[in-house]
Amino acid sequence: MSELNEQLEHPVYNYKVVRQFAIMTVVWGIVGMLVGVIIAAQLVWPDLSFQQPWFSFGRLRPLHTNAVIFAFGGSALFATSYYVVQRTTQARLISDGLAAFTFWGWQLVILLAAISLPLGYTSSKEYAELIWPIDVLITVVWVAYAIVFFGTIAKRKVSHIYVANWFFGSFIITVAVLHLINSAALPVNLFTAYSLYAGTADAMVQWWYGHNAVGFFLTAGFLGMMYYFVPKQAERPVYSYRLSIVHFWALVAVYIWAGPHHLHYTALPDWAQSLGMVMSLILLAPSWGGMINGIMTLSGAWHKLRSDPILRFLVVSLSFYGMSTFEGPMMSIKTVNSLSHYTDWTIGHVHSGALGWVAMISIGSMYHLIPVLFGKSKMYSTDLINTHFWMSTIGTVLYIASMWVNGILQGLMWRAYNQDGTLTYTFVESLVASYPGYMVRLAGGFIFFAGMLIMAYNVYMTARGTEDSVANTQTVAA
Amino acid sequence: MTSFWSNWIIILTSITIVGVTWILFGNRKRDNTENQTTGHVYDGIEEYDNPLPAWWFFMFTVTIIWGLGYLVAYPGMGKWEGLLGWSQEGQHDAEVAKAEAKYRAMRDRYLALPIEEIAFDPAVKKMGQRLFGNHCAQCHGADARGAYGFPNLTDNDWIWGGSPAEIKYTLNHGRQAAMPAWGPVLGDQGIQEMTAYLMSLNNRTADSTLAEAGKQKFGLFCAACHQADAKGNPLLGAPNLTDGIWLYGGSEADIAHTLRSGRNGMMPAQSKILSEDRIHILTAYVYGLSQREGN
Repeated sequence: MSELNEQLEHPVYNYKVVRQFAIMTVVWGIVGMLVGVIIAAQLVWPDLSFQQPWFSFGRLRPLHTNAVIFAFGGSALFATSYYVVQRTTQARLISDGLAAFTFWGWQLVILLAAISLPLGYTSSKEYAELIWPIDVLITVVWVAYAIVFFGTIAKRKVSHIYVANWFFGSFIITVAVLHLINSAALPVNLFTAYSLYAGTADAMVQWWYGHNAVGFFLTAGFLGMMYYFVPKQAERPVYSYRLSIVHFWALVAVYIWAGPHHLHYTALPDWAQSLGMVMSLILLAPSWGGMINGIMTLSGAWHKLRSDPILRFLVVSLSFYGMSTFEGPMMSIKTVNSLSHYTDWTIGHVHSGALGWVAMISIGSMYHLIPVLFGKSKMYSTDLINTHFWMSTIGTVLYIASMWVNGILQGLMWRAYNQDGTLTYTFVESLVASYPGYMVRLAGGFIFFAGMLIMAYNVYMTARGTEDSVANTQTVAA
Repeated sequence: MTSFWSNWIIILTSITIVGVTWILFGNRKRDNTENQTTGHVYDGIEEYDNPLPAWWFFMFTVTIIWGLGYLVAYPGMGKWEGLLGWSQEGQHDAEVAKAEAKYRAMRDRYLALPIEEIAFDPAVKKMGQRLFGNHCAQCHGADARGAYGFPNLTDNDWIWGGSPAEIKYTLNHGRQAAMPAWGPVLGDQGIQEMTAYLMSLNNRTADSTLAEAGKQKFGLFCAACHQADAKGNPLLGAPNLTDGIWLYGGSEADIAHTLRSGRNGMMPAQSKILSEDRIHILTAYVYGLSQREGN
């Protein structure tokens, strides 16, 4: 421990694992979004599969979802949670070895996914497609992650636990429970296993998992990120401590109930559908609590938005978060759902959360984090961050607006009927009508993806740059 | 649902809603002193202890009250069926009954009339076309001209017969066609001969020696289903082999492949999916398609 660090009253932090995960966040973001652009193009030009089974939509779609959620989003969560837990507890990660194991283990999971999914190996569970041996590996890595995270919390040097860590902690615990219960299966050979659940119960477990992958992986985890990087970047105190208490407990208590809204008007019993819908509506306020706390933290610092594109990323991500968490409860209402279900509206809703919230808060956090990790005072180019910001925003807006139009169009066409009681449109007519939306979606997705390439260049130039101005270079080098 | 599970659901739901309400009301701060910090500092981050925004508190409360009201009015709390007596099966049945009341009489009017009579009625054609688009076009194409393995319904070349009664039977009960694989029986030489013979039947260039040999074997192996003159037998779904219309392709290679490996055709039964009056209208539409061509 250097003299400098003793003065600052904190140990030398483990930035190596944070740096590794941060770099892989950018890499997997590019890979996952590229696959997304490819399958968006396949929906416009189905022949783009080139008659290759491994390159067909059915196999690339789970590769896209796994890559963006678990590889890109997962790496961002590992990087930020390891960084935030150290900085806010003033304690080094309890084990460098175990932290390194989580990095290499998680990369191995991603690599195995990237091989097995195109080859057609799947458990057939949405967002949990990986076959059982990979599920076992995920479990081992996740337990190691929990030990590192909670172990570090346990030896913290501050009396309280910061709100960001509540969210990271709830995300780690709940994802463990979700993964174990949803993936429970009887293996028959190395590649095949049968789910412990059957029929409607299987569907319910699947969507209990699926919606809470959204609730805890993509919401609670990223709220943890938000609670550190927004006040840090804005250099303002968090707006309301008691609001964070209320919305945290309400969010974790209510989210876990929301899954059945994915199964409205199905074989799922009425009572379960109703409870899913009621809890989804009650979830509106707890979700917005996070948005309010983030945006109001900028009180007195709004002028910074004019000059700081990183802060813009963070604030706009909160706006998209607020928008999609309003849209979600509305779509869970049975009457709305009977129109929106099975249409592109759902895809638009998911991407308003995935691109607007998850990706943009991660990108903003990475732009804050990467200079620190590489001992630089700031990113190589602020102008490029600004360019990236506009590309991300425009890309997201094009994507979600086209899917709204498509979704409502499809929903209305499917239910329209003639004076004689026959359906007005055939399915294929609704498909033909969706093509303009598919083109706009492809354009939006491509613009968002291209922004990630600019980010990669900016990160590369920052990392290899020679400028060293921050005082804690020593810390980083250690 | 047993009482145990019903109570389990009610208790867990109540604990969640009451717990959330308690957290909400328990953290309500009445004095509105703004921008006091809690005194905690984490890596330079401070926290204000501002009160919950009033509009947000109000919105939260309203959603909780609305949720409780919904659970009283609708099923949700275990075995409780709700004051409104709503169920999704009930909603479905009511919507179907409403539609039947509105449209059934009109369709039944057509059901009473013979196919030939209604086939060219514009209203029937319109209804038939919508039904066809949603139930048949996936295989037979929106224009009913078929595709590889799926018959063209406009050319008056009927594999299973084209009378109204036969079309209706096909729609109601489906059809299962089986062309056996003759490769093991005929051998390579035999397949070549038979292919040549079938091509000669359609006035296409073929080696006459091979075709003559094929003709002998046709009588032995094929005539039982396709008839001695190769014009087919609609009772068995054995197609006419002399009219130049080929369900599985008419190239020399395609014909040889059909002979060698056989074919299986399947038209699914619609009687479990569509009501009798709809099948009647669909029959008239399909019958009209071939008549329209003036064949």
